[in-house]
Amino acid sequence: MNVKAQITNNPWLHRFAVLTAIITFLLLGVGGLVTSHEAGMSVPDWPTSYGYNMFALPIKFWKGGALFEHSHRLLASGAGFFTTVLAVWLWLKDSRKWMKWLGVTAFLLVVAQGVLGGLRVTLKMNNLGVIHGVVGQSFFILICAIALFTSRFWREWVAGGKTFLVSRGLWVFVLATTILIFCQLILGATMRGQHAGLAIPDFPTAYGKLWPDTSADAVARYNANRVEVISTNPITPFQIILQMAHRIVALAVFILVAVAAWLSWKRLGGKSPLAKLAAFWLGLIVCQIALGAWTVWSNKAADVATLHVLVGALSLVTGALWCIIAFGRREGAANLAPAKTISGAFGTSPAMAANK
Amino acid sequence: MKSALSILAIGFFGVWQAASAADITGVITLKGAPPAETDLGSYIMGNPDCAAMYQGQKMPTTHFYVVGPDGGFADVVVSLKGVTGKSTGASAPPAVLDQKNCVYTPGILAIQTGQKLIVKNSDMCVHNVHSAPTVAGNAEHNDVQMPGGADLTYTFPKAEMFVKFECNVHPWMKAWVSVLDSPYFSVSDKDGKFVIKNVPPGKYTIEANHRKLGAQTQDVQVKDGDVTVNFTFEIK
Repeated sequence: MNVKAQITNNPWLHRFAVLTAIITFLLLGVGGLVTSHEAGMSVPDWPTSYGYNMFALPIKFWKGGALFEHSHRLLASGAGFFTTVLAVWLWLKDSRKWMKWLGVTAFLLVVAQGVLGGLRVTLKMNNLGVIHGVVGQSFFILICAIALFTSRFWREWVAGGKTFLVSRGLWVFVLATTILIFCQLILGATMRGQHAGLAIPDFPTAYGKLWPDTSADAVARYNANRVEVISTNPITPFQIILQMAHRIVALAVFILVAVAAWLSWKRLGGKSPLAKLAAFWLGLIVCQIALGAWTVWSNKAADVATLHVLVGALSLVTGALWCIIAFGRREGAANLAPAKTISGAFGTSPAMAANK
Repeated sequence: MKSALSILAIGFFGVWQAASAADITGVITLKGAPPAETDLGSYIMGNPDCAAMYQGQKMPTTHFYVVGPDGGFADVVVSLKGVTGKSTGASAPPAVLDQKNCVYTPGILAIQTGQKLIVKNSDMCVHNVHSAPTVAGNAEHNDVQMPGGADLTYTFPKAEMFVKFECNVHPWMKAWVSVLDSPYFSVSDKDGKFVIKNVPPGKYTIEANHRKLGAQTQDVQVKDGDVTVNFTFEIK
């Protein structure tokens, strides 16, 4: 049976999936603004807003922190609606069984994410906010993957129109790097969830040193000299170490993604979509590091910090999509492409020439 | 006859204790230059409701270090450390925290366990009142308060220093309420002066606690007359 024919050609389904991904991305942005503006608790009730039906909240209340929180709720409702339609559409029209269930998974995840957000407000559980942020990033990966699986590119890819293999070593390397980025996002979400502002106010130094003093006296001195307005919780040694870990992991991610981009280019050739994606990935990481530095230099300005969250989400999803695309083309994988092999994780092989 | 004598003895003891109780007074000073406070103007101007309250008026700043001309240090909570279970909060008049011109007034407040804390909204805009205690037994609250809405009343059963109150609609609005388990406390005024009234005779440890600079203690003995205890905080 022709593999290409197994995948339904439904460009409108793909466009709708892309639209859902864009809405999800915007939702992540508004969610980031909610946290950056410390506005998460500005509307104390849920699913109502100030006692009103969420969709009928008078415009006079859309101000200050409530503007961000209420916009987040409305956009989340929109994302929920679009995801529901997408799941139903996939169930009815996509011929692949696993895609039907992927749609169901997306639906369940968006419902869970909405409930998590609501419970974070009503139960006043700060830690749920961190989980809410991380689940949001995971949901974004899922929706982007659905958009990929419904695309013409994917049909041609699966049908073997694009013929090269990825060494298992390179695939594992990119997967590990992507997992590290996910851990980095968890670190970032935990830092933002402390509501303590910048634990370290300078960059690239840390309190003027390579490694900051985290003794009780030093931390007391740091807190005494902070005149914070929005995030007023005192900083702790844990938060300082958390930010140092975030900086170190950022450097590690940069090195790993640079290596991944170089290997992809070298092994797969510059015309390969995976090499192009890896180069784009490296560009994102460079932007992300610059945004991280700017976040510190701007004293965690809300818009800059939010942009940092968004580029982080794009970095994660780029790595994840690279892994998904390359999954079926791993050396030794049961794939549908014409057989070509690349031996060794990073060693040279005759097949490299064929890839180019 | 026996019970009447007991009541008489208790009454006599109470009167004797009140008569021999003394005040602990003192001055808190700050040595060193505190960091400059942050102007809240850019935050307030970003919200049309609050900006309208400040037309032609000077914008407020943060007030972490309120220091008088002679170095008197305000907003330091002074209390008798380790004195617990003496709260008269249930019968004490309520304390008041007001939201006026999109700022909490006062920014630092001390109350007793069980004492009512009334939070008012004197503004013509909505606020949410979000209190975030961290000691087990003190519940976190987050309530919306409409303009002209009813006052909100809170009590805290457990002693806790600097419970944060904030409005997330206007996130620069913060106040810190300290909850003490006795009536023996005071908050230093703009000149750094404090008075803890009617302290029964005895040996105590007196603690001065500033939200940013932490706590200092001194031992004090209260006998017949008033006692003076001064504290000096230093910012490095």
